[in-house]
Amino acid sequence: MVIKFNIENLNIWFGSIHALKQVSVGVQANEILSIIGPSNSGKTTFLRMLNRLNDLSQNFKMNGSVKLEQEDIRNIDTELLRKKVGMVFALPLPLPLSIFDNVAYGVRMHDRKNKKILGEIVEASLKEAYLWEEVKDRLNESAFKLSGGQQQRLCIARTLAIEPEVILFDEPCSGLDPISTAKVEDAMVKLKQKYTIVLVTNNVKQAARVGDRTAFFLNGELIELDKTDKMFTAPLDKRTDGYIRGKFG
Amino acid sequence: MVPVGLIVAIIIQKGLPAINWQFLIDMPRQGMRAGGIFPAIIGTIYLVTGAIIFALPIGLLTAIYLSEYSKDNLLTRLIKLAIVNLAGVPSVVYGLFGLALFVVFFKFGTSILSGSLTLGIMIIPVIITTSREALESVPQSFREVSLSLGASKWQTIRHIVLPNAIPGILTGTILGLGRAAGETAPILFTVAAFYLPQLPSSIFDQAMALPYHLYVISTQVPNVDEKIRYGTAFVLLALVLFMNLVAIIIRYKFRKKKKW
Repeated sequence: MVIKFNIENLNIWFGSIHALKQVSVGVQANEILSIIGPSNSGKTTFLRMLNRLNDLSQNFKMNGSVKLEQEDIRNIDTELLRKKVGMVFALPLPLPLSIFDNVAYGVRMHDRKNKKILGEIVEASLKEAYLWEEVKDRLNESAFKLSGGQQQRLCIARTLAIEPEVILFDEPCSGLDPISTAKVEDAMVKLKQKYTIVLVTNNVKQAARVGDRTAFFLNGELIELDKTDKMFTAPLDKRTDGYIRGKFG
Repeated sequence: MVPVGLIVAIIIQKGLPAINWQFLIDMPRQGMRAGGIFPAIIGTIYLVTGAIIFALPIGLLTAIYLSEYSKDNLLTRLIKLAIVNLAGVPSVVYGLFGLALFVVFFKFGTSILSGSLTLGIMIIPVIITTSREALESVPQSFREVSLSLGASKWQTIRHIVLPNAIPGILTGTILGLGRAAGETAPILFTVAAFYLPQLPSSIFDQAMALPYHLYVISTQVPNVDEKIRYGTAFVLLALVLFMNLVAIIIRYKFRKKKKW
C-alpha cells in the first residue's frame, strides 16, 4: 500500500484557538478517505492543511509534519503543491468566467498551451466530471448560468484539468439536491482509480457510501480511523458510535 | 436639492446663450472681454490628463498593495488612516505644497508639469480609497479558488481580482478627474496663466485653465460681458457633470452585470 500523505503529530492553532490536536493520519494512494465529525471539529482545517490554504489565514500556526510522498509540504513550492493537490470547495464556486475558461484557468496559469491542446484538456476534464454532454454546446456561456449541481461538477472538472494526484473535497454536496449529489458521488468513486481522494463530509451516509476508510474527528482530535465497513458496524470508540447513530453533532 | 438646482438652472439659463462653436474654439481677445475660451479648455484637458497619468499608476499600485499584500498591523492601519485624512486636506494646501516642491524645489517652474503633478497628488487619496474598496469587494472565495488551482498570488490578482474590480477603480478615477478639473487653488500657484491667448507647446509652459479663467474674468477684469462669464461657468460645470455622469453609468452597468 502506497502512502500518499503522511501526517504526523499535527497541531494547528488560529491565534489562541487550538484547532487540531496531535493528529496523525496516513492517506493511502487511490483510496477515498472520508472525514466525518460535527462542525468545528477541525475537518476542514485538516483538509486545508494538505494544500496549504490555511496559510492564508491570519494567526495561523502549526507544528508536526505533513509529508507528500516523503517530502515535507513546506519544502515544496506552494504553486506546485497546489497543482498536485487539487480542491473542490463546499459551495459551487465558479470563477466569473465562461465555462471553458473556468476549466482552462488552472492549466493556463501553469503554462501556455496551444488552443487545440487546451480544448482537448477541457473536453476530457468535463467528460471525466460527467458534465460534457450537458455543456458541450455552450462552452462560452457564463459559468453562473449553470445549475448548482452542474456548477459543482464544473468545479470538479476545473480541478481535474490541472491533473492533480490528490483531490480534496470539502463537503462538496452540502448545497446540492439528492440527484446532483448522486452524480457527484458517482464521479468520485470513478475518480479514485486515478486519484487519491480526501473527502470531508457532514453527511455520515455519504461517508458510508463512498469512503474506503473513514476518520472521525471531534474537537480537533482524531478519535478513530478505520475501514468504512468496520467503522459503521463495529466502531471501537463509543463517541464514534454515538455520532454515527446521530446521537450528537 | 433646491439650491443646487437653482445654481444649475441659473448657470444654464444665462450661460447657454453664450455657447456656440466660436466661443469654444476661439482665443480670448480684447483682454478677455471678447472671443472664446479655447486655451482654457485645452489647458484643463492637459492638466487632467497629466494628473491621471501620474496618479492612476501610483494610486492603483498602492491600493493593490494595501488590499492584497499588506499585513493588518498598526503601521498599515496608520497608513490607511493617513490616506483617508489626505482626501480631506483643503485644496489650497495642495497648491502651496506643489508650489514648494515642484515649482521651487524641482525647478519645474509654473508649468503644466507642476500643475499636473499637484492635481495628481490631490486625487491620489481618492483613487487609492475607491480602488481599495473595489478590490476588497471581490469575494475572498475567488482568490482561494484561484490559488487552490496553483495560480500564483500575482496571477490571481491579475486574472481574477483586477478584472472584477476595474469598474469600481474606473468610477473612482473619473470622480477624481472631475475633482481635478474643477479645482482652482492647486493650479493657482503652479500653472495657471492670467491671460495667455495661445496654446502651450510643451509641458514646461504655463497654461490657462477653466476654473482659474472663470475666477479671473469674474473678479479681476472689469467690464467682462456677463454672457462670457456664465458661458465659461457653464462649460466647466458641464465638463464636471459629464465626468460624474460617466462614473455613475459605469457603476450602474456593473451593478446590473454583477454575477455573484
